[in-house]
Amino acid sequence: MKQKAKVETHRHPKDELLREARMPHIWCPGCGIGSAVSAAITTLKKMGTDYDRLAIVSGIGCTGRVAGYLNLDSFHTTHGRAIPFATGLKLAKPELNVFVFSGDGDLFSIGGNHFMHAARRNIDITIFCVNNMNYGMTGGQVSANTPTGAITTTTPNGNTEIPLNLPSVAAACGAVYVARWLSVDVRRLAQSFHEALIKPGFSFVEVIAPCPTAFGRRNRLGSALEMTKLYNKNSVIRNGVHPDETVIEEGKKMVLGKFVDIQRPTFLEGLSTVSQLKGTMWPQKKVASNS
Amino acid sequence: MTSEAVLTGEHFINGDEACAEGALAVGCRFFGGYPITPATEVAETMARRLPAVGGIFIQMEDEIASIAAVLGAAWGGAKAMTSTSGPGFSLMMENIGLGLVTETPCVIVNVQRGGPSTGLPTLCSQGDMMQARWGSHGHYEIIAISPSSPQEMFNFTIRAFNLAETFRMPVLVMADEVVGHTLERVTIPPAEEIVVVNRKKPTGSPETYLPYKTDSSFIPVLPDAGDGYKIHVTGLTHDERGYPGMDAKTQETMMTRLIQKVRKNRDQILDYEDYFLDGAEIVIVTYGSSVRPALRAMRGLREDGINVGLLKLNTVWPFAEDLIRKLAKKVEAFVVPEVNFGQISLEVERCSSGQALTHLISHAGGGIHTPQQVVEGVKETLRMLGSKRTKK
Ligand SMILES: Cc1ncc(C[n+]2csc(CCOP(=O)(O)OP(=O)(O)O)c2C)c(N)n1
Ligand code: SF4
Ligand SMILES: [Mg+2]
Repeated sequence: MKQKAKVETHRHPKDELLREARMPHIWCPGCGIGSAVSAAITTLKKMGTDYDRLAIVSGIGCTGRVAGYLNLDSFHTTHGRAIPFATGLKLAKPELNVFVFSGDGDLFSIGGNHFMHAARRNIDITIFCVNNMNYGMTGGQVSANTPTGAITTTTPNGNTEIPLNLPSVAAACGAVYVARWLSVDVRRLAQSFHEALIKPGFSFVEVIAPCPTAFGRRNRLGSALEMTKLYNKNSVIRNGVHPDETVIEEGKKMVLGKFVDIQRPTFLEGLSTVSQLKGTMWPQKKVASNS
Repeated sequence: MTSEAVLTGEHFINGDEACAEGALAVGCRFFGGYPITPATEVAETMARRLPAVGGIFIQMEDEIASIAAVLGAAWGGAKAMTSTSGPGFSLMMENIGLGLVTETPCVIVNVQRGGPSTGLPTLCSQGDMMQARWGSHGHYEIIAISPSSPQEMFNFTIRAFNLAETFRMPVLVMADEVVGHTLERVTIPPAEEIVVVNRKKPTGSPETYLPYKTDSSFIPVLPDAGDGYKIHVTGLTHDERGYPGMDAKTQETMMTRLIQKVRKNRDQILDYEDYFLDGAEIVIVTYGSSVRPALRAMRGLREDGINVGLLKLNTVWPFAEDLIRKLAKKVEAFVVPEVNFGQISLEVERCSSGQALTHLISHAGGGIHTPQQVVEGVKETLRMLGSKRTKK
């Protein structure tokens, strides 16, 4: 009897969505990926979608490991290729709610081209990008999202390139939902994940997350806690601003919020429209131009 | 299957189109690809035909995306295919490895053109045969099929899908420009005469299910996404649960099974045709677009009283090792015409282990051998053998 009670107190309400046999996970203490996953689990539980109707796809990286820990049909693919894999999965089985969980390097350095085209096509998938501003998994190299001036193992004298501004990129490529939140703000993050997951079309949520081990340490951003506080202090919520006003720059607060929430036909809706038109294609009937 | 999928009858189409028709006939319902000569007509045919049978065609942004989408679609339950040529095949290599290690059924068609690099976009080569075998990193076994005519593009694409579904792995159709672009009569049989294999699905309880545990066939029985098994699929080395195991033991267990899956089932996979092997002194070993000139050469040589047989490899990988070993004990020499500088001939040489001579007739690409070149090659082999002929 005593034994049983003990077991029950050790079960966390989120455990049903975690592969317990795979614990402990690989993430460092204080890593932002953990709270992003926690927010995702909160969302998935609240959404009420049958778990068998969900599928997660990840690329490679610390964030890429998320697929391996969620107790769903889960695919841990190759570096940069989660989005085209998810595209095939979604198109072959449209009744699945397919989402991608991966890192900034995976989705925007090596995989940037795929992001651009999946957004443009409005494939009905959701992208959660944990932007920790470097390649965590391989020990902290520069990524397409490393701020100018930041020290990484491959920019020992400071990064001379400018980072991609992800909300601008996503909006320009045609994403129908674009938001950015801090990993620590689990409440808003979960709300945003929810909106993105139920939104038909290509949705994108950027999660700004501390990587204390690889990025924080080299840039003297302090402990995991200090780094979290720093990101919190240096950010401001401005829902609805133009995505181009969200560039992360030295001396400016990071802009958080929801920036895009629009409607346009998804890839599959487009296909069924052209098939109804019996092959009559743009520009005669403006099938593809009503965005 | 709707009747739209199987266009029973006689058609005058090229090999690329025949390949697409074969795919449709066996149930392919997803195509993700990127245009490239001389494979483009496969994609174009699929783009035109797939919507009519309720399938999905998507032109991806590159070949890396194409193969990734094909793998994803396969896990969504579709029979899925992509087609390409050399440059695109190179780009696909990493994800072919992902397909192998995650045991994802799919078909990849390579209509080979002259290489390296951009090479000869519109002309033939067989330069990617070893890339097909070893092009992705790590050690693995692969299945590759080699059609020699438009009719075989139809028939062998069907077989490629059936092998993919049976063994749960990417299967390569190693065609070439000549086969892809030859326009001739192709017969599509009635739907009921087409053998269609569909992947096995698990039926037991998800609680006790171990996705990568297999019986003595070494072939796992895996669900599609959405079947309720909450499967984990990873390119990391994994155990029977599908969970990563970063240690030598897990690597050994997984790798051994993946290798055995092909090696132990080799007899089920291998397919070849032989001509006059009984008592042959010389055997021409051939595949793909080299088959036709080789057959013609063989007939001419036999009319001249030269004792030549021919072995036509319909599957090139896994290699017909046992057969070549056996033949090597009986024949004086193998003659291998190839549109490269020696790839399959290396395998023939390896398996004959010095017991028979292997003579490569090389063609640099841009065309195929004439029958006369093969005849010359055989005659040269006879001269090389000279008085060393011992097995008569
Ligand atoms: C083709 C390929 N190149 C390089 C690597 C090595 N690699 C693994 S993860 C990674 C970077 C991951 O960075 P990111 O996506 O930002 O994830 P994080 O670890 O920061 O969460 C790299 C370069 C790889 N696995 N595959
Ligand atoms: S290296 Fe960075 S990103 Fe990776 S787990 Fe550690 S803190 Fe997180
Ligand atoms: Mg990163």
